[in-house]
Amino acid sequence: MTNVIKLRKGLDINLKGRAEGKKVQIAKSEEYAMVPEDFPGLTPKVLVREGDHVNVGDALFANKAYPDVKFASPVSGQVTAVIRGNRRKVLCVKVKTDAEQQFVDFGKKDVSNLDGDAVKKALCEAGLFGFINQLPYAVSTNSETTPKAIFVSALRDMPLAADFEVELEGNEEAFQTGLTALSKIAKVYLGVGAQQNSSALTNAKDVEVNIFDGPCPAGNVGVQVNHISPVNKGEIVWTVDPSAVIFFGRLFAEGKVDMTRTIAIAGSEVTAPAYADVLVGTPIRTILEGNLKHDEHIRVINGNPLTGKKADLANDYLGAHTSEVTVIPEGDNADEMLGWILPRAKEFSTSRSYFSWLFGKKKTYELDARVKGGERHMIMSGEYDKVLPMDIYGEFLIKAIIAGDIDKQEQLGIYEVSPEDFALAEFVDSSKLELQKIVREGLNILRKENA
Amino acid sequence: MSLRNYLNKIKPNFEEGGKLHAFQSVFEGFESFLYVPNTTAQSGANIHDAIDSKRIMSMVVIALIPAMLFGMYNVGYQNYAAANMLAGASFWAMFGFGFLAVLPKILVSYIVGLGIEFAWAQWKHEEIQEGYLVSGIIIPLIIPVSTPLWMLAIAIAFAVIIAKEIFGGTGMNVFNVAVVARMFLFFSYPSVMTGDKVWIAKDTIFGLGNALPDGFTMATPLGQIAQGITPTSNLSDMILGFIPGSIGETSVIAIAIGAIILLWSGIASWKTMGSVFVGGIVMALLFQALGMTPIQWYEHIVLGGFCFGAVFMATDPVTSARTETGKYIYGFLIGAMAVIVRVMNPGYPEGMMLAILFGNMVAPLIDYCVVQRNINKRAQRAINK
Repeated sequence: MTNVIKLRKGLDINLKGRAEGKKVQIAKSEEYAMVPEDFPGLTPKVLVREGDHVNVGDALFANKAYPDVKFASPVSGQVTAVIRGNRRKVLCVKVKTDAEQQFVDFGKKDVSNLDGDAVKKALCEAGLFGFINQLPYAVSTNSETTPKAIFVSALRDMPLAADFEVELEGNEEAFQTGLTALSKIAKVYLGVGAQQNSSALTNAKDVEVNIFDGPCPAGNVGVQVNHISPVNKGEIVWTVDPSAVIFFGRLFAEGKVDMTRTIAIAGSEVTAPAYADVLVGTPIRTILEGNLKHDEHIRVINGNPLTGKKADLANDYLGAHTSEVTVIPEGDNADEMLGWILPRAKEFSTSRSYFSWLFGKKKTYELDARVKGGERHMIMSGEYDKVLPMDIYGEFLIKAIIAGDIDKQEQLGIYEVSPEDFALAEFVDSSKLELQKIVREGLNILRKENA
Repeated sequence: MSLRNYLNKIKPNFEEGGKLHAFQSVFEGFESFLYVPNTTAQSGANIHDAIDSKRIMSMVVIALIPAMLFGMYNVGYQNYAAANMLAGASFWAMFGFGFLAVLPKILVSYIVGLGIEFAWAQWKHEEIQEGYLVSGIIIPLIIPVSTPLWMLAIAIAFAVIIAKEIFGGTGMNVFNVAVVARMFLFFSYPSVMTGDKVWIAKDTIFGLGNALPDGFTMATPLGQIAQGITPTSNLSDMILGFIPGSIGETSVIAIAIGAIILLWSGIASWKTMGSVFVGGIVMALLFQALGMTPIQWYEHIVLGGFCFGAVFMATDPVTSARTETGKYIYGFLIGAMAVIVRVMNPGYPEGMMLAILFGNMVAPLIDYCVVQRNINKRAQRAINK
């Protein structure tokens, strides 16, 4: 009998424009790009120059501190540009695609005969190892860490998120191969949602399956870690995006790098919300081509509306960990009057001073990107706790981070959290604090201090 | 939309270098009062809940309105009753008198408090914080009707600056601003805040009301108890609120309406509010069983500022305990303390103000203990892994 973990805290936000189960074809793009910033905490060292030719799987850049952790190119072709920003920070490496894709052959391997070190080595060589994240610090991990466990969450329950089961269809074997490979390194825990019934998930082999039954953020891998095997100081767990597990599986089964993932194209500003198979690094404008209701006053998000990054339609590329591209109204021209007193029936709120509680949980909302209030000091108490299903005092942790009290942060469990765990808290916060930014900065400082 | 255009047109005057720059925070305050700001999220979550602190504070002010309106009526009622003119007085005459007696206090409260708030925000280059909207209406409701306006102004200035702004503004204050304002008056000008000469408005206003002799006295029921007299009011008057007392505190019914609004909208914590009542009832029952108090336990709850304090002041999220477990302890402590002060301290007939002040003081300690349990658990886990 599988272990079922019930979570009561949290909040499901029903947004308009959820992706339907059907898939659409996205035209091949001429140019793809890998963005080092998609791998949090990474300082990249670029390994290619403009004009070089790369095959699929050749490294574009590597982790500066751990040069064996490389990052592969999703396509074969000519490197057209290495774009740098302020202080020569690498923004992205662009590759112009060949007509015929050429793959680096890493050799098919039977994962059941490999040991942990061989799996690690194979992932590093193929430039996929960096897709593994770690707790503490919620950063892209390095090859010298030894995890006490590896966590994979197959449940994506953020608003408008892509259902992993859609992606899993046809990739069951690759997924299982990936899980088996990871299980050679450390014990793997697979988190599954209560509504998910694909047998590739519930009957996955070589892993411990736990079912998480509850509202968002039950799918957050950090929440799952907290309930199964919380991170103590000095310990490390790896967290792996389920799509990355499929990449790993393909590497061992087919001997080549294939970063095709199934993403949801969703949101109230998308004409026809749907799923699509695309490569990591596809330009966002290609993905949304001809599928937008408006051209102006929209917000394109590389990810879901809660944790995704605001994207520039012209210059941004599908992120390495992005499972959906969403578009919502920007709202910068809303000019809504007297918000402090009017009923505002179109707005969604957890507060009963609005009326969204009357309309039930089925109603979908068209929310825009406005903050809808000024930033204040923390006033209301208990707001974060209602949407943070972890054994952590969120408010006190945030205060410790703002105050820069590192001892207190450690005591309150900062090693167990990642910014995304505070995404819902940021949504409900009436003081409109930028919680994810605060947590990220706190983690960065701590990581520097402990290095 | 033309209003929007007008605001956009005059906005540059208030920005850096504009000729009205000194009023920038005032302008922004009014602009965000008229329109929800169009600023969009630049980091983290792209969507936000529609709730903000303006909405929350507005709801609290709305919840206070029944108590305020009844307080105005009761001020008139007490005046006419004291002059034995009740029979001939219309509802509107009494309400009108009370309205005219209370309105200046509300105006002074807002002008002084918001004035300081605006000036401070401009000085610190911050947005104006809404916190004073609530304090500004609570303060006139928790003082006797005869308090001179200049005293009120000084008390408010003291409370806003010393209790709030120097700590960092709304959200950072340790003590409830309204309680501090009342405490300032209570200890600086005891003769106008307590005793039996302060509870009735004595002069006519614009022809309404009755002039009462200077030496006229009318004690609150709690004042009578402290002097060893059995209170003259009956229970229904105590619940409906037709007794002398601070302006907004007398009617349990009006306060209950406010309580329902606050609890329903989830703005006040039922844990805090409920445990204040539990604390008060337990303590009053205990004293009653020991024979230390001459009145029934439920009279302790309906008299004085107990209900008003429990509903509107103990539940202030900033100064109360912030952990869920802590809220039970915090509330219980306030309720119990209020009754203890009333019964065991011969000098003070009312104890709610001191109890809340005491509660504010120990709230961080309560939270510290609750959070420390989580910290210890985590430390243990690391050792036992």
